Amino acid sequence: MPHIPLDEKLPGITGILNYRLDTALPIRELTHILLRGNSTLTQGERELIATIVSHGNECKFCTAAHTAAADLLLGEKETTDSIKKDIALSSVSDKMKALLIIAKAVQVSGKNVTSEMIDQAKKAGATDLEIHDTVFIAALFSWYNRMVDGLASVTPTDPAFYSRLATILAEKGYLSSENRYAGLTK
Amino acid sequence: MAHIQVPEGVPGIRSLVMFRPETGQYLYELAQVLLRGESPLSEAERELIAAYVSSHNDCVFCMSSHAAAARYLFKDKKQLVDFVLTDYQSAPISNKLKALLNIAGKVQVNGKNVLPEDVEEARRQGAIDRDIHDTVLLAATFSMFNRYVDGLASFTPTDPQAYEEMGVRLGEKGYALPHNS
Repeated sequence: MPHIPLDEKLPGITGILNYRLDTALPIRELTHILLRGNSTLTQGERELIATIVSHGNECKFCTAAHTAAADLLLGEKETTDSIKKDIALSSVSDKMKALLIIAKAVQVSGKNVTSEMIDQAKKAGATDLEIHDTVFIAALFSWYNRMVDGLASVTPTDPAFYSRLATILAEKGYLSSENRYAGLTK
Repeated sequence: MAHIQVPEGVPGIRSLVMFRPETGQYLYELAQVLLRGESPLSEAERELIAAYVSSHNDCVFCMSSHAAAARYLFKDKKQLVDFVLTDYQSAPISNKLKALLNIAGKVQVNGKNVLPEDVEEARRQGAIDRDIHDTVLLAATFSMFNRYVDGLASFTPTDPQAYEEMGVRLGEKGYALPHNS
């Protein structure tokens, strides 16, 4: 049961964002720019960063939601599976490997990012902006994971729920809209 | 030196916001509404929770600047900021604030660490839903800010005077976006 009363129809982060709208607004804008805005990283790659951080924090809701979003955007399920097992052995590019390693370090502490990790990313072709956005997305999901678990919001167990949520995230992004979650309950 | 090319000599989060103003504007908007907007917690208490979480994340820039803002806002009770950062259990603060700091400290490590009994204790000491929500939100937000600031190795001033000035500015003017001029 959640630690505070949340809308029962809105599990995970959705009910938390609806609980206090004035703080949810800048978070939604920030998330939309970082995950859906113009970038040299694909939307699928950016969802991988969200996935690896949520997985590291063992946040079941966020991990399931962003794995499903990444799978949908990438059109396959192998990549999300492989990065959770071992980034070095996964099927992503060398640049993405280096960025995911930075994201994993940020998940533990910002101080864990070393100059060697940054050099490795730059050597693999990462730009300053890509490194910036990777650190920011990792920090942002350190926020989401703590909100979801810190308030003990409901985590649905039906995989179909996450497919429905992933469709919303892929089609509409992260900004608020009327009846945004209409497709969530079926 | 910062991991990416940010404006030189500009400290902490300000340099990152100047690097990417598009995202920076929403970070400042979040800080302003969370730390200065409507809440059952006072502005001084919210700055204190921010400093406490930043201190546990060992983020010197965030800890020093928000401790300075808390000192400014607590006025003649400013000594309690350092009491709390050293050992909040024996600090001269309310039991409610102690129970909320306990929750914030747990969120700093991992959201899952917050147990129903932590929340029950806060309620017993008079905390309402919004106190609990805003405490978790503050702890999560500073877990984000701390990682952003340290993850990019942004410039951390060492002169205490610099932070005192930041504290006055944050106390008087709140979170206003820096300009690239």
